[in-house]
Amino acid sequence: MTLRRRDVVKKLLDKRGGLLVVAGLGSTAWDITAAGDHDLSFPLWGAMGQAAMLGLGLALAQPKRRVLVITGDGEMLMGIGSLATIGVQQPKNLTVAVIDNERYGETGMQATHTADGVDLAAVAKACGFKNSKLVTKSVDLRSMVHETAGPNFLQIKVAAEKLPLVLPPHDGVHLKERFRKALSDVLAKKP
Amino acid sequence: MQPDWPAEVHQEIAAAGVRVVGYVPDAGHKRLIELCQADKKMRAVPLTTEEEGIGLACGAWLGGERSVLLMQSSGVGNLINVLGMVSVCRFPLVMVITMRGEQGEFNPWQVPMGEASARVLETMGVAVRQAGEPQAIAAHVKLALTRAFEAQGAEAVLIAQKVIGIKSFQEQRSQ
Repeated sequence: MTLRRRDVVKKLLDKRGGLLVVAGLGSTAWDITAAGDHDLSFPLWGAMGQAAMLGLGLALAQPKRRVLVITGDGEMLMGIGSLATIGVQQPKNLTVAVIDNERYGETGMQATHTADGVDLAAVAKACGFKNSKLVTKSVDLRSMVHETAGPNFLQIKVAAEKLPLVLPPHDGVHLKERFRKALSDVLAKKP
Repeated sequence: MQPDWPAEVHQEIAAAGVRVVGYVPDAGHKRLIELCQADKKMRAVPLTTEEEGIGLACGAWLGGERSVLLMQSSGVGNLINVLGMVSVCRFPLVMVITMRGEQGEFNPWQVPMGEASARVLETMGVAVRQAGEPQAIAAHVKLALTRAFEAQGAEAVLIAQKVIGIKSFQEQRSQ
């Protein structure tokens, strides 16, 4: 059965604990919010193509914590060079999950390159990601996100569907400050 | 005696507690990049394009670390849209940018972006500090670091091409 994006993202974020999360511009920012807004989530409202790089910056700054980037196929394609940059840095604590509906969901559902067969999981593998998987059915991804030494890449094929918007806070300063505060609180508890 | 500006800049960024240094190479940054690579407290991160440096810097700041981006002026155009994130979130940002397209530039294709760099950065809300002499560079960088990390500013120090030395086709051929 075809996977549905909100179910997939909800499962990725289930019992997230201290997981640090970045979501790319557009549908994935709404998806993580639908799963439950969280102070340790940084949903992007712009800077298309930069989600994976924010994840890398976070992963390098917090090598003892797990970092998950959840982004769309269009957003990933725009920053595809960042897969090479991550491959060079080899952050063990980073997982990039692409929710791939083969569409630009916010602009009229036009086809992205993945609709014509561009294989993002193969690109990630070729760039040096330790683990790279194409996911087409419901499987448990928890260990990949929380334990497996990375960098890890998941290309998760989902149905192309228009869903109700669930918007996160959009004040950038607030999103940044709440993330840093929540992270410092977590670090204070677990030195 | 000419001041050793790469060593001075490295000292300033080390003293400011910078741990992540993103870079797209430029001949003018060769020595500073090498100093950062050799510094065990710093992580030097080569980028495929300058805009990756903005994502890297913002992600590092979210994670509690300070960073600097080294690049040449031709890459400024690659930053425009993502600088919107820096502005709207007030992420601290320090860029040290070597200039192309100034006096003695051997490649005319470098001129338009070089001439527009300062204006483009300012238009996107980045404070621009022009370092026209080698002895001025470290002081500009120090001020940029303070403004960025203490006052959440976006800062660029532009190092004039005359400081770095002029590339020529003859030189390139002989290398």
